[in-house]
Amino acid sequence: MSGTNTTTSSTDWAAIRADFPILRREIDGAPIVYLDSGNTSQKPRQVIEAMDDFLRTGYAPINRSAYRLAGWATDRYEGARAAVARLINAPSADEIVFTKNATESMNLIASSWGGANLREGDAVVLTHMEHHANIVPWQMLAERQGIELRWVPLTEDGQLDLADLDQLLDGAKAFSFTAMSNVLGTITPVAELCRRAHDAGALAIVDACQYVPHNVTDVQVWDADLVAFSSHKMVGPSGIGCLWGRMELLDAMPPFIGGGNMIADVRLDGFTTAPVPAKFEAGTPPIVEAIGLGAAVEYLEGIGMAEIRRHEMDLTRYALDTLTERYGDDIRIHGPDNVEVRGGVLSFEFRDIHPHDVSQVLDERNVCVRAGHHCAKPLMRLLGVNATARASLYLYNDRSDVDALADALDGATDIFGL
Amino acid sequence: MPGLEDLYREIILDHYRTPRNRGELPVPPARHAEGHNPLCGDEITVYLDVDGDGDDAIVSDVKVSGQGCSISQSSASMMSAAVKGKSVGEVRGLVRRFKSMMSIDTDGAEQADADISLGDLEALQGVVKFPVRIKCATLAWNTLTEALASSDPD
Ligand SMILES: Cc1ncc(COP(=O)(O)O)c(C=O)c1O
Repeated sequence: MSGTNTTTSSTDWAAIRADFPILRREIDGAPIVYLDSGNTSQKPRQVIEAMDDFLRTGYAPINRSAYRLAGWATDRYEGARAAVARLINAPSADEIVFTKNATESMNLIASSWGGANLREGDAVVLTHMEHHANIVPWQMLAERQGIELRWVPLTEDGQLDLADLDQLLDGAKAFSFTAMSNVLGTITPVAELCRRAHDAGALAIVDACQYVPHNVTDVQVWDADLVAFSSHKMVGPSGIGCLWGRMELLDAMPPFIGGGNMIADVRLDGFTTAPVPAKFEAGTPPIVEAIGLGAAVEYLEGIGMAEIRRHEMDLTRYALDTLTERYGDDIRIHGPDNVEVRGGVLSFEFRDIHPHDVSQVLDERNVCVRAGHHCAKPLMRLLGVNATARASLYLYNDRSDVDALADALDGATDIFGL
Repeated sequence: MPGLEDLYREIILDHYRTPRNRGELPVPPARHAEGHNPLCGDEITVYLDVDGDGDDAIVSDVKVSGQGCSISQSSASMMSAAVKGKSVGEVRGLVRRFKSMMSIDTDGAEQADADISLGDLEALQGVVKFPVRIKCATLAWNTLTEALASSDPD
């Protein structure tokens, strides 16, 4: 398994940064300060080259043709599946389903598992810090099948408030929650939440979209049932996402999208499905993207997920301290202060200046942050804001990026004179 | 990149800091519409008191509520000041004129409305150089159009 290497840091982070060609690009004569990885991550040359090389020398259909080139392409595609399985310590590569993104994975879960197993009045438990991807598919199901949605509240510092969890889980059929909030950075106690779900007889579904790219993930230690994440947030290409599930569960779930590749047989009077994972991969899949994702996993494994997490904890601590020391009460950073339970996502309010304006001013110094509701409107309402600015960190960031952010914020004061 | 001073003109910041016509009007009789900018979560509600019928009806009062960035809020404030007291026909012309300033195609509005004066609104011209912000500047205007269309005051 990757990422369990705990030797003290020997990683050359400057060399890693240099692997990302876009970070060498200048706009108006100055480098890009990319602090929007929680949105989507940049790609190292190893991923770019793997996709480029595959397109030049290896591209062919997968699973469909008998010639050697197609066989090799299929092997590469399946190799990517094996790499993803290794990254999250899945018992079997066949339990990895390739989707379009985490959003599609969540829709697959709600539609296929939920559609087959939930009846009117059945309850699904969600939390107040979910991304729309883990809200709307359930709301759509609620409209179709009349299921009840229950919500785990948050504590003052942006963690899950588990005081009434047993009550919320009582009689529920599923508990679907994020492993790490894309707004607050909060890392939730996934293994405990899975256990509590199971104790209540509920399925444990994990939105690991923000977690997998930054942490050692072990779905067996979690004892989760279904887990969703996206390639593009973990230095892989956009256009491909993943769903992991326990085989007996996936096996019992009906197909989601119908068409080629997902069938064993089709007759005029019906069809039978192919085994998992093909059952859930209808049509021509994102072949080149899978090759890129495989290369991304290898790239992350080469560094070690534990090492990446340590780097980001350091940097997150530095960012929290730098911004609060410099701006005191003028900056309000949401989420827990303890970096043991938070990742490198910093949503903040700055001097009553609207996040969109903050982002505009930062952009003048090439500092890229997200401004908006982060696809988490229920959480924004809870925080009492319409929008926040969000800086998010990844393995290629260093202290100079945090300093650049802190410096650029001064520019906002100059213009808005508050 | 064009300078921020092109975007954050003094008059814009003035409308942002001291927005005109903030508030709500009782519905009915007022018409109203809500607008959202899905990109950044800005929300705006435009309330209109319209006296009379058709294009000659007069927008006798206007109020704006909601939250947003400096561009969407100042645009809303200037919009409210510009439309108050105008006829519905004039307001529609102003909307077309403003949108064409934002480089949004409004079917040959260019010639027909070229002589409509934008007054303070000219200050928002700089937004065109920051294409991501055009949606912020037009939010209040699209909401205004919807409010006008909601002849059914409920
Ligand atoms: C926590 C979380 N879940 C789900 C998603 C959806 O991911 P995607 O847009 O790749 O489908 C995101 C992406 O922003 C996220 O942050």
